[in-house]
Amino acid sequence: MASLRTQFEVPGKMKTWSFALMGFGLAVLVYGMITKGFSSDEHEQVHFWGTLMYNSIFFTLICNASMFFISVTTLAQAGFTQTFRRIPEAISTMVPIFGVITFAVLMYIVFGHKHHIYHWLDTEAVAADPILSGKAGFLNPKFFVIWSTLTIGLWSYLGWRVRKLNDECDNSEMDPETAAKFIYRGTVRTALFTVWFALTVGSTIPWLWMMSIDAHWYSTMYSWYTFVSSFVSGLSLIALWVIYLKNKGYLELTTQEHLHDIGKFMFAFSIFWTYLWFSQYMLIWYANIPEETVYFKHRVQGPYKGIFFFNLIINFLCPLLILMKRSAKRNYTLVAFMAVLIIFGHWIDFYQMVMGSLIKEHVTLGILDFGILSFFVGALIFFVARALASKPLIAKYHPYMKESIIHQV
Amino acid sequence: MAKKKFVVGCFNDEAVLFPAVKKVRTAGYKIHDVYTPFAVHGLDHAMGLRETSLHTAGFIYGITGTTTAISCISWIFTKDWPLNIGGKPHFALPAWIPIMFELTVLFAAVGMVLTFLYLCQLAPFVKKHHFHARATDDLFVMAIECTDATNVDDLRAFLANNGAVETDYQIAEDGWWIGRYDKEEMPFESKQIVAA
Repeated sequence: MASLRTQFEVPGKMKTWSFALMGFGLAVLVYGMITKGFSSDEHEQVHFWGTLMYNSIFFTLICNASMFFISVTTLAQAGFTQTFRRIPEAISTMVPIFGVITFAVLMYIVFGHKHHIYHWLDTEAVAADPILSGKAGFLNPKFFVIWSTLTIGLWSYLGWRVRKLNDECDNSEMDPETAAKFIYRGTVRTALFTVWFALTVGSTIPWLWMMSIDAHWYSTMYSWYTFVSSFVSGLSLIALWVIYLKNKGYLELTTQEHLHDIGKFMFAFSIFWTYLWFSQYMLIWYANIPEETVYFKHRVQGPYKGIFFFNLIINFLCPLLILMKRSAKRNYTLVAFMAVLIIFGHWIDFYQMVMGSLIKEHVTLGILDFGILSFFVGALIFFVARALASKPLIAKYHPYMKESIIHQV
Repeated sequence: MAKKKFVVGCFNDEAVLFPAVKKVRTAGYKIHDVYTPFAVHGLDHAMGLRETSLHTAGFIYGITGTTTAISCISWIFTKDWPLNIGGKPHFALPAWIPIMFELTVLFAAVGMVLTFLYLCQLAPFVKKHHFHARATDDLFVMAIECTDATNVDDLRAFLANNGAVETDYQIAEDGWWIGRYDKEEMPFESKQIVAA
């Protein structure tokens, strides 16, 4: 193992690019904030804060998906992830950073009483509305703030504990007893994260943050749908970083066999996303009750029609047909292409989930969306690269390391 | 089907089997098949077998299932017997997707099982020659097909040198025939191995 390149050095070009993206994004963000965010027109405000909100939630969730990936593979005692585990670890260090941005945006919306975004903030309307007053125990500012704080705080803290434990593998070989104890401690820490993840991303958080925009409407599928959307993009993000580092000559121990497994995850969860997409859509379409179809009406028959079905094509048909073949999942170029496509597709999905409910009259996709996207992408590149460089790329004394090296699909 | 001559080498361990397979192949012998008690990772590569095309067949069966479902239902519900179901349009695609999915799975699953049975030449009441009864228990059995030029004694010695615990020369039916394992000879009772 002595000849391995375990220390990642951030290339200058990467830094330049991330600064350029962040700079462009920040310029658009500030310009948007001045012209739209603080303008007196409600529509403009909704446009800006909604765009910023779905971007920050999307990026927080896809980074958090990395920690979920680590947790479930650890709980399943999967060995194959070990050769590239530092990558999802580095991505999950973004959760506190993006989490704070998301938190700030959400708090601005709640304390700024932006009831055009969250209708349930309007206390008079809630009191006059039997449906909303029935939901008031869940949809109220106090619960929203406490639960969001707890969520982002615990994601960051529990994730940090999982990462911290794995640092013990850098020092020295473990004897079997220490190794067994290490695996047990890892199981406990990742289990804690998984439980908290299930209580938040798996159920309450998408309802609170995104579904409550349509305060009258509800779907029990919504959280699962959001979770899968973020998980499959998170997996694609891991794949992209693995391929990037492979390309630069790092990660010698990660091979096509590992890529094949990540590719299978991307394929499988794209299908699972479609399953939830369809289950949510079909039941509402079949029952055809106005208070339920209100969510789909302007998406299927209104201005969002194009985006809504385009979304289905790039998130379902493309992964299904392109990633189905074994040789495709073992091809670095093709998996990289598909990863970019899937991340973009689910970004569009988050766009239509939030903006489709906020501005129903026309599609707002434009420079503001792509500018804020570029800010988040730039920040992601910069901070993840820094996190990767701060530790060895391989936790070489992990008990499952050998299993991962000889992994074969 | 014809009777052919085989030299059979038996190995105790897969760690011995792999180099032996490689050596037998580089020496130019034709491996008929290797029978193992469990699926051995990478043995197909070592034997130089091509990738199976079972999955391609599965894809085609699946597509056939989807097409069958969509064409049948759309013809029935729009042309042959249009019904008003809950005020839905006659061409009610979302409602049909579960059925399209099920037929895709059904066609792919049944088709692949039948194709697999055909490729392996397996069927009820079909019998095949067993080179060694312990191949189903704990022995790795390599059968090498002999040509006219093959020197059987040399080959047996070659296998023994490469770690075979037992070798044997058999003249056996290469394909299948109608028969029953429980009515005809008991493979585990017949003594067919001559110690190396």
